Amino acid sequence: MGMGPSHVEIDPKVAWDEVFSAPGKPRPIYRKVVDEIGRYGEGELQNRFDQLGRTFRERGVTFAHDGEERPFPLDLIPRIISAVEWDTLASGIRQRVLALEAFLGDVYQKGVCFDDGVIPRHLITSSQHFCREAVGIVPSNSPRITVSGVDLIRDEEGHFRVLEDNLRIPSGVSYVIENRRAMTQSFGSLFSNQRVHPVDEYPQRLLAALRRSAPEEVRDPTVVVLTPGVHNAAYFEHVLLARLMGVELVEGSDLVTVGNRVQLRTTEGERPVHVIYRRVDDEWLDPVHFRPDSLIGVAGVVNAARANTVTIANALGNGVADDKLIYTFVPDLIRYYRNEEPILKNVESYRLDDPEIFNDVIGRLGQFVVKPVDGSGGKGIVIGPQAEEETLLALRKDVEANPRGYIAQRPVALSTLPTYVDGKLAPRHVDLRPFAINDGRDVWVLPGGLTRVALPEGALVVNSSQGGGSKDTWVLASPETFEDAPAMRTNGYHPRPAANAIMRQVDPRHPSEAEQ
Amino acid sequence: MSDQRLLSRVAESLYWIGRYVERADGTARIINAYIHRIAEDPFGDAEQACRALFAILGVTLEDDEPATTDVVLDGLVFSRDSPSAIAGSLRAAYENARRSREVISSEMWVCINRTHDELPVRQIDAQKVGAASYFRFVSDRAAQFSGLSDATISHDEGWHFLVLGRSIERIDMTCRLLDAQLVGLHSSPDWLTLLRAAGAMESYLRESHGSASAESLASFLLLDRLFPRSVFHSLNVADNSLEELTYSHSRVGDTSNARRTIGRARNRLEYSDSHTLVAELPELLDFLEQTCASANDEITTRYFRQVIAEPWATERGV
Repeated sequence: MGMGPSHVEIDPKVAWDEVFSAPGKPRPIYRKVVDEIGRYGEGELQNRFDQLGRTFRERGVTFAHDGEERPFPLDLIPRIISAVEWDTLASGIRQRVLALEAFLGDVYQKGVCFDDGVIPRHLITSSQHFCREAVGIVPSNSPRITVSGVDLIRDEEGHFRVLEDNLRIPSGVSYVIENRRAMTQSFGSLFSNQRVHPVDEYPQRLLAALRRSAPEEVRDPTVVVLTPGVHNAAYFEHVLLARLMGVELVEGSDLVTVGNRVQLRTTEGERPVHVIYRRVDDEWLDPVHFRPDSLIGVAGVVNAARANTVTIANALGNGVADDKLIYTFVPDLIRYYRNEEPILKNVESYRLDDPEIFNDVIGRLGQFVVKPVDGSGGKGIVIGPQAEEETLLALRKDVEANPRGYIAQRPVALSTLPTYVDGKLAPRHVDLRPFAINDGRDVWVLPGGLTRVALPEGALVVNSSQGGGSKDTWVLASPETFEDAPAMRTNGYHPRPAANAIMRQVDPRHPSEAEQ
Repeated sequence: MSDQRLLSRVAESLYWIGRYVERADGTARIINAYIHRIAEDPFGDAEQACRALFAILGVTLEDDEPATTDVVLDGLVFSRDSPSAIAGSLRAAYENARRSREVISSEMWVCINRTHDELPVRQIDAQKVGAASYFRFVSDRAAQFSGLSDATISHDEGWHFLVLGRSIERIDMTCRLLDAQLVGLHSSPDWLTLLRAAGAMESYLRESHGSASAESLASFLLLDRLFPRSVFHSLNVADNSLEELTYSHSRVGDTSNARRTIGRARNRLEYSDSHTLVAELPELLDFLEQTCASANDEITTRYFRQVIAEPWATERGV
């Protein structure tokens, strides 16, 4: 962590172009797609784009924003990641998730990392998301971070960097699944002659991990997805996951805790629940322990988890590791818990609670991206070089009042991809959120993830709530996986020998019969 | 059941409308699921998958003919002349509907007539925006037709022939699907394809509680009592319609051959052991496919062609 940098401008021209290495010269992994798209006439591109939109509207792929259901626009041009690069990314994510898992276990149990001076204890206890109720809840059988969504961006030199960790209830995986579905249906030809890793095993992977995380004595656990309800921004996703896992989607009022056991109310009485994949924030989860006014929570669920009769996934209190000030320590945490060098770098970040750094930065906030440490969804972020004078003045006041509440980062020109906007393809900034599932034995990273794209020209905030769209994200299968695979897979298709095809029956008056 | 007898010719048309509309719907589901998988699966062998489709759908493709998605679309989807293709099935359903316009409701007729008329336009659309739109169109219309059959005509003899045709086609379809996918059940993503193709995705997942396996999937598609596309359920529906159709004839000991055939298959499934199901599957599927073929012949002989066919058959048998 050094002193402030000297970058000021975010020049779109310095952003890494994902597709073209030079004007008109696509990178090898994009060649086939660029050729295919190049063949389409203007009308056809618009046709396909409309078709994608129709598919999404019809299937109800939306997110709720300000009480309104909006479609989450899917762009035509996919984002492609090579097999080799993906291997590195997946290892980096695995390493990071395992280090954070160890860190959270430590924070809520012994706190060895404080004694060893890796991170000051007061940073934890002063974190908005530190959860006293989670202290002493030791999941017997489950990781704390079952599902994570680490946000990555590609910097000007083409290196992926971690922008933030999402270890509470990362959302967006439903768009990954639906995007692929829409693309293969409307754009099948793009996939021909490309070996793209499928994404549809995610729900089964998640279900397997959730089942494994059930309290130990349970043989055939009942898993449920807990949603805040139909008004939640990610309700569509909650439904999709429950549907694809074949489990019950429940609201708080469907559950009741009796004698430290969580029960599901059904038409045939109460049925025990063993694993709750909750999409409700900590503070709303249990009115007994957190907000007493919560109507979407389940009274007593925290005590049930403490008694180990139910597993809450993700665990309580993970938010402390999402704190953006803690984020600045993650490289040290990886070295400390994993004894490895971080594979993925952070974005250069500056801790404003350090007086020396504070004094250096406070007078020139316009040169940085400033983020509240506990924000999510792009809320409260100020992109200094793009900000108005007034915004910066207000920000300065806020930061002076609460230096622990903010970090500053170097403004990074996120990489760009051509994106179909207003009938034309034009570069737009993108990020990447890969999803990882820890089943307690291994961390599996869904090949690809959600590429979000900021649709307004020059915009750097990609969140869906800020006018973002998304792109289907392809991880190409490596030649080696391909070589091994056919023997394994082709037995999925076992045609009868052609001569043995059983003919269809037809009515005796069928025209084709009559002609014979 | 009313005393008014139905013309054999009309009964035969209704039975085949039931079969062809179901065939178009089932074929659309199967091909949609496969094409989706072929596009998605980086390791799958597209050529093999396309060949498998031809085999499932009972169309011979010589070994030296190429099998590509386009060949599938031409041969199994857009071909108006092949009764195994979607357009061909719908055309055959339309031809049969023309012969039975007086007994089906005008809403059913309009549905089938419009569907048949719109196919060429939908085919052009499909070439622009992908075949999925075509499959959706076909399945939507099949569902519409099926809903109109249930809601706009009396559930009399004619209706039972429609239902009978639909059920027998459904059994045939599910068996074909299982037959071709049998070995692939063990590599995980392929049973997802199978489920999608059978329109059974959500129902099965809810029923299996995450313990998805080849055994439970096969027993779901064959034995489930409540899932409307399972073989057992379809046999029950067929049996019920045959009972209604037989009952009006005589009161004692007049079980038709067709009903015996269906009943036998139903009993075999009812008492089969789901643990040994996978082991006996190849033989069982042959048996079920044979059941469909025999039932079809027996229904034809009994209801549609009895007057001419029987004396000839006896004489030839001597």
